[in-house]
Amino acid sequence: MAPLTFTLKAEPPERLDLSGLVPGALAPLTAKEIEAIVLGGGRRPIRVGDVFALRRGDAGAIVFAGGSERLDNVGAGLSGGSLRVDGAVGARLGVGMIEGTIDVVGSAGPWAGAGMAGGRITIAGDAGERAGGALPGRMAGMRGGVLAIGGTAGARAGDRMRRGLLVARALGPEAGSRMIAGTIVAASAGPLPGRLMRRGSLILGTVDGALLPTFLDCGAHDLPVLSLLAAWLGRLALPFRPNVGTAVRRLQGDTAALGKGEILLAG
Amino acid sequence: MPQLSLNGIAIDDGFAEAFDMAATGVVITADTAAWARQAAVSMTGFATSVIACGCEAGIDAELSPKETPDGRPGVRVLLFAFNAELCETQLVTRVGQCVLTCAGTACFAGLPTGTPIKLGAKLRYFGDGHQIAKVVDGKRYWRVPVMDGEFVVEHEVNVVDGAVGGGNLLFMGRSRGAARAAAEAAVKAMRKVPGIIMPFPGGIVRSGSKVGSKYKGQMASTNDAYCPTLKGAVDSALTGDVASVLEIVIDGLGFAPIQEAMRVGLNAACALGPESGLVGVGAGNYGGKLGRHHFHLKDLL
Repeated sequence: MAPLTFTLKAEPPERLDLSGLVPGALAPLTAKEIEAIVLGGGRRPIRVGDVFALRRGDAGAIVFAGGSERLDNVGAGLSGGSLRVDGAVGARLGVGMIEGTIDVVGSAGPWAGAGMAGGRITIAGDAGERAGGALPGRMAGMRGGVLAIGGTAGARAGDRMRRGLLVARALGPEAGSRMIAGTIVAASAGPLPGRLMRRGSLILGTVDGALLPTFLDCGAHDLPVLSLLAAWLGRLALPFRPNVGTAVRRLQGDTAALGKGEILLAG
Repeated sequence: MPQLSLNGIAIDDGFAEAFDMAATGVVITADTAAWARQAAVSMTGFATSVIACGCEAGIDAELSPKETPDGRPGVRVLLFAFNAELCETQLVTRVGQCVLTCAGTACFAGLPTGTPIKLGAKLRYFGDGHQIAKVVDGKRYWRVPVMDGEFVVEHEVNVVDGAVGGGNLLFMGRSRGAARAAAEAAVKAMRKVPGIIMPFPGGIVRSGSKVGSKYKGQMASTNDAYCPTLKGAVDSALTGDVASVLEIVIDGLGFAPIQEAMRVGLNAACALGPESGLVGVGAGNYGGKLGRHHFHLKDLL
């Protein structure tokens, strides 16, 4: 069965909240009911039918043909099924998702995968700041699942991350800030990775910029556990697959916080 | 009754009697195959019989780097005990003393399904607060800092019920050398069968036992019916030309792998022919009342 397809008619006039357009919510609805869902607009509501041309199909597999950085909350709270966006998305992609897959062919705005608990998000392009991070006021960022970014993630990727895997080609400044646990892998990272991290692993090819003085150099090592991770990365469908070897330099920190985290730099 | 035989060697029309057991398995890897094997040999050393060792354990298969979780050479160890709790106690003690301590090793779950028991979950405390948990592909591993680097151990491993312990073959020879040669040939062939272990030294046991004893408190004692030095003095099961008997005990993950191992072993030993000094092959049982699983030798021919 063909997927349920939303074709974007034109650039939306304002930011829209797409959190209602997920497989679980749409499955029982008729085409007319779906077209009547309000996406924003305040006193002059903007409905699905105003922005998208709808093609009926399997609601377990949703496709957005055409994207825009004004489409917020795409796949929010997703609890199963698949969702693909042939274009860009706005803020909070897949926020709090539990299960299922989201594939974005373009780039994503801030807080992509924030607080996600499971499933897999792939973003072929770049992601905004705090990908996999914590929404304002939340105690934890992503707590499970896989968030994969083919391009560059903005500042503070994995902020307050608690569990799960974040993979990116490049990370902005202060990746893994306030991290509680989990694993972040990238070919390169901006300055000051791991700021105030408690536990968790940042596995990085290079760091472009300064390292924090509160990380303690534990020397060069050959760690078999990294071959488990490399094998897993090999099995995942990723827009970018970092080359993880077992030879690393280990820095433990951040000793300004609990100090049980680590930065593993490719040796 | 027509006498069963294979390649000129008499086969008893009897059966081996075996019991239900619980089993667990671990994959041990190391920087070299020799060190992985060393850890496994140490861990399974004093694990010949549940009677006094608490479990029966052995190496089931050697694994190439492509077959192990961390891409290093390894072995799979199977461990059998009466129930899951005993499996856990024995496994944690043995991995803690013999694998954690062995240079360069890591330890992973060896059975894909079953009831989980704790392994790394208990051994992690050796890390004294420096241990690190890492979830990879849904499985939780512990990285325990040790003097040669890190000991990586899986959080939990699986126990399966429905394992079988006590399959066996008895090799009757004209001399000690003849019985040993037959048993060695059988062990060599049976090591290639997956899903089974032969827990005794070199896979062979020379002190087969019977249930009970004339002495109070002695649960098992020598199987006098198969002791060649007594064959004129007791109600012996041995014919006049038998001077030595050796046994192979087999534990397996199910009925089928044990039966296959017994078939392979029987054929390999009998292939030596009567000129090797092998007189007959039999199997041990307790009259069929104690164990649920019966392996009839006539089914293996």
